[in-house]
Amino acid sequence: MDTGDLAWVLVASSLIMLMTPAVGLFYGGMVRRKNVLSTIMLSFTVLIAITIQWVLFGYSLTFGPDIGHVIGSLEWFGLEGVGSIPYPDYAKTIPHLAFMLFQMKFAIITPALITGAFVERIRFSSFIIFTLLWSTLVYDPLAHWVWGIGGWLRNLGALDFAGGTVIHISAGVAALAIAMVIRERKGYGRVSMEPSNVLLTLLGAILLWFGWFGFNGGSALAANSLAVHALVTTNIAAAAASLTWMALSWRRSRPSVIEMATGAVVGLVAITPACGYVGVPAAIIIGAVASVVSYYCIQWRQRLKIDESLDVWACHGMAGTWGAIATGLFASKAINPAGNDGLLYGNAYLFFVQILSVLVAWVFSFTATYIIALAIDKTRGLSVGIREEEVGLDISQHGEEIYAGL
Amino acid sequence: MKRIEAIIKEENLDAVKAALEAAGFIGLTVFNCRGRGTGGGINLEWRAGTYKVDLLHKIMLMMIVKDHETTTVTDIILEVCKVDATSGAGKIFISPVEEVIRIRTNERNEDAL
Repeated sequence: MDTGDLAWVLVASSLIMLMTPAVGLFYGGMVRRKNVLSTIMLSFTVLIAITIQWVLFGYSLTFGPDIGHVIGSLEWFGLEGVGSIPYPDYAKTIPHLAFMLFQMKFAIITPALITGAFVERIRFSSFIIFTLLWSTLVYDPLAHWVWGIGGWLRNLGALDFAGGTVIHISAGVAALAIAMVIRERKGYGRVSMEPSNVLLTLLGAILLWFGWFGFNGGSALAANSLAVHALVTTNIAAAAASLTWMALSWRRSRPSVIEMATGAVVGLVAITPACGYVGVPAAIIIGAVASVVSYYCIQWRQRLKIDESLDVWACHGMAGTWGAIATGLFASKAINPAGNDGLLYGNAYLFFVQILSVLVAWVFSFTATYIIALAIDKTRGLSVGIREEEVGLDISQHGEEIYAGL
Repeated sequence: MKRIEAIIKEENLDAVKAALEAAGFIGLTVFNCRGRGTGGGINLEWRAGTYKVDLLHKIMLMMIVKDHETTTVTDIILEVCKVDATSGAGKIFISPVEEVIRIRTNERNEDAL
């Protein structure tokens, strides 16, 4: 046991906890005033629902003793046997319970990211069912494949330092899939849908950036130089991406706060799988390219007329895809001996495995999410009635208003 | 010239605006307002119970139109807002306007509309 490592992992877990409500604020600022509370509540609901799912069986399915390289067993149901003694296969120097807590925060933020796809018309009860099913049937198996001892992608040698594939690709692609099932918002593409509060979005982005130090730095699972390296590359990529997005928007018209904030988040997404494996110049390139990729993907998505409302696919799915591929290009054993060399250092194998893990995450997340969404839509309906949508979800689903009184 | 002041539900604004625009009525002014009619309000959620809101958010849409356009405009508003109309659907007030001046050009009355 190492008290320094433990202290850092506990702080990192707390930092990541902050990110899930921050996703709610980030998204809440971009929807219309009548849906701000509803949008924030989606993220908060994931926080409370997946905490319980995770300690009951989610953690065991993901990290429990492997069954056939595809899923964990239920041996650790209800955290049975998960206690103060370290589980050396995952983290030698901290209690097993601390590793469980750290991983819980990742399991929580992932479904919260997806909520951007269906804001302003999701039926709240259907959303809870979707979230529980998605976590159990998509996140838990995929995270087991990549991170669980015995998981088949882990065995192939795929690198994913803090969850680019497991979290960002899976959430981004799931967002696209569910947006193709749920009906679009009434008047989408015709009436103006004004962001209610840009400051809320900026505040969300600031808290996300802050929390991301725990997300990426904590993934070293130790207070060591690798954690330092991850924090540094994380900060660099966020800045490079934010600057790039600002430049893109300036070239088109004017540099806006909402675009600067979006760029920062996209850079954080892209560096996530790579932060513990790549050097400083690579971090700048990864951030800058991520913004270009996501920016043009948003424009393309709009032309397709899919109401994937807050562009989770473009920002998380595509920046995550770029980050996973970039890890296969720029990773270096000189940075992290436990990693591997990428294509630029003469190792084509890692590049191939990264592409494979991206494809697996895409196909699995899209297919499974599409089926889950379709099943819920056909049985109880994913969306509220048109009239409830027009009144706004804050009042129709939750009986509250964000600004009451005169 | 007439002033039309229509108090309508917030959720009908987009549809009213689109219907007016389709009939060639572009200019309008919109106010956020609160008020009550005979319906008496709704209950919203409080920590462990509900509380009564007796002044509800509405939109007041104001337009100044030529006399002969008045019925066309009010018919459009009525047609949209009557769909599924429940208590609280609103009211329309019509009153005469003495003079209109366009600030940029000093044009007067109907030329300024």
